[in-house]
Amino acid sequence: MPRVEIRFHGRGGQGAVTAAEVLAEAAIDEGKYAMAFPEYGAERRGAPVLAFTRIDEKPIYEREPILEPDIVVVLDSSLEPHIYMKGLKPSGLAVVNTVKTPEQLAEYIRNHGLNPPRCIATVNATEIATKHLGAPIVNTSMLGALVRASGVVKLDSIMEAVKDRFSDRPHIIEPNLRAIKEAYESTEVACL
Amino acid sequence: MASAVAVRGKEEAGRRERRRIGAKGNFAAAMAVRDVDVDVAAIYPITPQVQIAEKITEYVANGELDAEVVPVEGEHSAMSVVVAAAATGARVFTATSSQGLEYMHEMLYIASGLRQPVVMALATRALSAPINIWNDYSDAFGMRDTGWIMIFSENVQEVYDNIIQAYRIAEHPDVLLPVVVTLDGYILSHTVEPLEPLGREEALRFAPKHPRGYRPVLDPDKPMTFGPVGVPAWYHEIKYQQVRAMRESRRVIEETGKLFGKLYGRSYGFIEEYRMDDAEVAMVSLGATASLVKAAVDRLRREGVKAGMVKIRVLRPFPVDELVKALENVEAVGTLNRAISYGGAFEDPLFMEVAASLASRGILKPMASFIHGMGGRDIFVREVMEMYKKLMEHAKAGRSARRTYFWGVKGHNPDDDQKD
Repeated sequence: MPRVEIRFHGRGGQGAVTAAEVLAEAAIDEGKYAMAFPEYGAERRGAPVLAFTRIDEKPIYEREPILEPDIVVVLDSSLEPHIYMKGLKPSGLAVVNTVKTPEQLAEYIRNHGLNPPRCIATVNATEIATKHLGAPIVNTSMLGALVRASGVVKLDSIMEAVKDRFSDRPHIIEPNLRAIKEAYESTEVACL
Repeated sequence: MASAVAVRGKEEAGRRERRRIGAKGNFAAAMAVRDVDVDVAAIYPITPQVQIAEKITEYVANGELDAEVVPVEGEHSAMSVVVAAAATGARVFTATSSQGLEYMHEMLYIASGLRQPVVMALATRALSAPINIWNDYSDAFGMRDTGWIMIFSENVQEVYDNIIQAYRIAEHPDVLLPVVVTLDGYILSHTVEPLEPLGREEALRFAPKHPRGYRPVLDPDKPMTFGPVGVPAWYHEIKYQQVRAMRESRRVIEETGKLFGKLYGRSYGFIEEYRMDDAEVAMVSLGATASLVKAAVDRLRREGVKAGMVKIRVLRPFPVDELVKALENVEAVGTLNRAISYGGAFEDPLFMEVAASLASRGILKPMASFIHGMGGRDIFVREVMEMYKKLMEHAKAGRSARRTYFWGVKGHNPDDDQKD
């Protein structure tokens, strides 16, 4: 598999940074090389947040922000398309938390004067996360959707990485695994 | 702590054991400290190093590490505590960043002057003013004359490996000097990367705790004084002993890095050469910035440019002969650094050492120094490629740059740095 560069868009508190890290941990567990890092700033709840993950078969030396991602994962549907579409490769994939279908989201992106990427995946992660976790912390659900739409890591690897990550808070492991599974199953993918 | 150890054994039995994990640099540092079984840690938390302090405290709280954690009111006290604890024979650790390092600055000389094997992690960070929490090497370069052995890490694995090695080096009877291991603030401290920890058993086999009495320690049964006045009749000699210890440390650092490679497959030297075999132009860099330079070298090679890189892993003692050997056959030498020596012969302090190394061995060739990425400004691979191209211009013209190039400054053309 060639290098995959993924950019996560969220708002402070939704867990975008954790999502990027868990994805890297899953890839590393599969024997791959990976690097996950946030856009370092003065973090505050509600502010737009960026996080990045690179995955490769070879060691990764590019310690620079990802300006032209292969995949964007959008945790917050209130973020404007011009934010998350910026630099996304035309052949890329957008995985978006929204009530819209991929076709409706493509239309929405066009209405903003932008060309939708080749593939769009949508999932109502807010509903899924609220149902399983009692709060709209959508990061793990969005990882389920990302895996479904991209196959960049195996679903099992994500599950294991989440178990590891939350091992100090065992009560939240099962609800997160259920959210991942439901998001994985309910994600709609459409490619041009 | 026998009960805590038993509990830990049970916990681990239920957990899937992994040899290769994903971890941030801060956690890699804390894991290394746990695995070498540090006795005393005194850390004052400061961004971006806080997670090191948090994690070590957590290890102690849950019984994974039997250490005394001293809650101190500032970094000056943190260093004072670990120097004193080391003088009693304890294996010690502290960590800091930026202003924290400045605040403990006078104690840095005490640690080296008293010959205490203190190990410290430095999450490199810019200095105020203006206040800035992001990465550069201003803090690290500010301590280069304090008598500490200085090891820079390029990635998360190196953070862990360097800290393990630091204990073996610092506590060696022929060395007995403090060692600082850097991790680029955020760029390593907060980035998840692959990490293969040795684990406690293996780490302690590599860096064993010496039996009490192998070095002079404070002991009521055998009273000794540490830190009396060094009168003019003896101060000079004591300073020369420090110089000798730093020189002697070269052998120990080399042996330690080689042994590490023999045992675990990851060999460490004073420098790392990247695609230098047939290189015509070489950039010298350090820390995680070296990764970016490697990426630039790979892309330049695809364009047919014979570029190479030399990474300085050990800044103190500076590897003059290793560096000269690596650079003697290239046409031009550049340096890329994230620290400024204001008003220096060259503003890049790394360049001054590289130039002095070459000149002292009678080698003269076109050279240029580059500074970029102060205060966390992103350096992009394409910018490093541009620096290589600038360096090639110097190679072609057969002339060195008169001053350090400042790259990426808004509204500034780096060529203007060469004008009077």
